[in-house]
Amino acid sequence: MSTPDDKQPVKKMSIIVSRGSLDGIYPALIMANGARMEGIEASLFFTFFGLNALANKTLDHLKVATVGNSALNMAMPMLGLPMTIPFPTVMGAIPGVSAFATHLMNKEMEKLDIPPVREFLELISDSGGKIYACKLAMDMFKLKKEDLMDRVDGVLTVGQFYEESAGVGTHILFT
Amino acid sequence: MKKTIAGNEIDVNEEGYLTDASQWNEAIAAAIASEEGIGALTDAHMKVVRYLREQQAKGAALTIRSMGKSGVVTTKELYDLFPGGPLKKSSKIAGIPKPVGCI
Repeated sequence: MSTPDDKQPVKKMSIIVSRGSLDGIYPALIMANGARMEGIEASLFFTFFGLNALANKTLDHLKVATVGNSALNMAMPMLGLPMTIPFPTVMGAIPGVSAFATHLMNKEMEKLDIPPVREFLELISDSGGKIYACKLAMDMFKLKKEDLMDRVDGVLTVGQFYEESAGVGTHILFT
Repeated sequence: MKKTIAGNEIDVNEEGYLTDASQWNEAIAAAIASEEGIGALTDAHMKVVRYLREQQAKGAALTIRSMGKSGVVTTKELYDLFPGGPLKKSSKIAGIPKPVGCI
């Protein structure tokens, strides 16, 4: 039987980041930073398109995904409009729409004191959080360690990632 | 609720954060730091604590990012000084409310 006394605290979050859009990356960064602020260990493991957030050439230019995103009505309040106004997904494909949505989101993030991606990775690294890249995805996308931002702690295989995540109280989260 | 810390009867919430920042003094800070496992407060700790109190008095929203950019302490130093919850523990020691943001 479970009682409040045997609630096991979260000791470590191992967060897998598989998406490379701005909206795909930020939740993982916020969760990792939030963990460190609570004294919880945090590791980020970037795989597949998530590597877009580690590659020096791309990480400062991530975009909000507007194609196939049927929840873009959520962004309407950023334009001073009610969130119930639909945003037809076909409009997401119009040139400039993704850039505009990205601009709006970056502006709102800055107001909330959420740093841009590079600064956010540096903040997490300074706080003792670990940043890893997936070896398989690196090979697939023809990336080398020197193509990634300097705070990356290592390029790991899946097996090494699980080893790194070992321990009672670790939670692995796929985003 | 009332709690006696370092010989002072002060008002705290259920998590032990002071509810009236004006009741704070350095002896209270030292007692809370020891309760939180931080140990003896050094000048570096006190610099952070005083900065937090100043910002709180100004009504500024405190975030880990703003602390790192304050010039008072780097992110790394803040984590080293207050292990296990840099912003939460330093705020508690500073006698100001628990930070409410996610950043």
